[in-house]
Amino acid sequence: MRSDLASEILQLTAEHLILVVSSMALAILIGVPLGIVLARQPALRRWVLGFAGIVQTIPGLAPFGFLIPIPLIGGIGKRTVIVSLVLYALLPILRNTFAGILSVDPAVCDSAVAMGMTPGQLLRMVQMPLAAQTILAGIRVATVTTIGTATIAAAIGGGGLGVFIFRGVASVDTMQILAGAVPAALIALSADGGLGWIERKVSPA
Amino acid sequence: MPLVEFRDVHYEAGGKHILAGLNLTVESGETLVLLGRSGSGKTTALKMTNGMLFPTRGHVTVEGRPTTDWDAIRLKRRIGYVIQDVGLFPHFTVAENVGLVPKLEGWADGDVSGRVNALLASVGLPPAEYRERYPRQLSGGQRQRVGVARALAAEPPLLLFDEPFGALDPVTRLELQQQFLQLRREFQKTSIFVTHDVREALRLGTRIALLSHGRLAMVAEPAEFRKARSTEARAFLACLED
Repeated sequence: MRSDLASEILQLTAEHLILVVSSMALAILIGVPLGIVLARQPALRRWVLGFAGIVQTIPGLAPFGFLIPIPLIGGIGKRTVIVSLVLYALLPILRNTFAGILSVDPAVCDSAVAMGMTPGQLLRMVQMPLAAQTILAGIRVATVTTIGTATIAAAIGGGGLGVFIFRGVASVDTMQILAGAVPAALIALSADGGLGWIERKVSPA
Repeated sequence: MPLVEFRDVHYEAGGKHILAGLNLTVESGETLVLLGRSGSGKTTALKMTNGMLFPTRGHVTVEGRPTTDWDAIRLKRRIGYVIQDVGLFPHFTVAENVGLVPKLEGWADGDVSGRVNALLASVGLPPAEYRERYPRQLSGGQRQRVGVARALAAEPPLLLFDEPFGALDPVTRLELQQQFLQLRREFQKTSIFVTHDVREALRLGTRIALLSHGRLAMVAEPAEFRKARSTEARAFLACLED
C-alpha cells in the first residue's frame, strides 16, 4: 500500500512538474517579447493587457471548460491544460516586463540614445539588464500561481497532483488530499525561494 | 564654414511653437551659450543639433550637411552629450561608462582603457581609484565629471551641454565650471552650452545667444552682452546684481 502510494506520488509529481515547466516556458517565450513590444507601442497596451486581464478574472475551472470544445487546442487532456495555464501566467509576466522596461531612468535612456546606441543595443545593454529584476519577479509570481492552478488539471484529465486532491475529496480520504496538496505546496515554496534567490542575484550590482 | 547652422528653424509640438524661426551659427572652437528662460526653446534647439529632434520647418546643418541627411547613429556618435541628470548606467562601472562610445565604435580594448584612464585624470578623478567604482558610490559632482569624460571619450568635434551643473551645490558648480574651462584649453572642442544662469553664461561662453520665445533675441560676446539694453537681456543682467 505505502509503496504504491509513494510511487504514485512520484509519478504525479513528475506529471505536475511537466505541466508547470512547459506552460511557464511557453508563457515566458510569449510574454517577455510581447512585453518588450508593449513597452514601445503604447497603443497596443490597452488591448493586450485588457485581454490578459479578462482571462485572469475567469474563475478556476472555467477556462479549462471553455477550451474543451475548441478544435486543435481543445479536447480533454494535457494540451488544453497547458493552453489555459499559459493564458493565466501571461498577465504577470507581460505587465512586469513592460513596467520594468518603462521604469528605467529616462535620463539613462536619453543618454544611451544620444550616444548613438541603436534600439537593439539600447534594449540589450541597458533596458533588459535594468528591468531584469522586475521581470524575474513577474516570472516568480506566475510560476507559483501556475503550480497551484495546475492542480485543477486533474478535473479535465490532465493528470498531476490534482488527481489526489479530487480523488480525496470525492472519497472523503484526507490521506489522498494531503498526498496531492503537500507536494504541491512544497514545490511552490521551493520555486518561490529558488526564483527569489535568482532575483536577488540579478539585482544591478 | 560654421560647424553648426540653424536656418529659419521652426519646431511645433502639442500645438505650441517652441521654435519660431531660429537663425544661428556655431563656429568651430567656440563655446556658444544658449541663454534663456524656461520654455524659450534652448533644450529643443540643442536636441536638434544631434538629431534627437528634427525641425518642422527649416533645417539644421552640421559640418555642412542637414541633420536629416546624416545617418542618425553616426551623427550622434560624433557629438558628445552631457545632461543635468547625467544618466550614467547604474549597472556599469565608471570605466565601462566612460569607455562606452569607443567600444561601440570598435576600438581595441587597450586603446579604450588608455583613453578612459587619460580622461578620468583630465576630469580630476584619479583612474586607479575611480575606474572600478559604480555611479551610486559617487557624489553628484563626481558623477557629472564622469559624464563629461564619457562625452569626450570618442573624440567628438562637438559637445552639447544641457544645464549640466544645474543640480549641483554652488561650490561644486564653480569647481566644475573651472574644470570645463581647463578642459577647453586642453581639448579645444566646439561646445553648445544651454543654461539659464547668466553668471555661468558670462563665465563660460565665448559668445552668448539669448533666446526668447523660440527666436534669437541677440548674440554677442560676454563683454558686449553686459552692456546690452534690450528688455530681455536686462532682465537677465539684473540677476547679477547682489
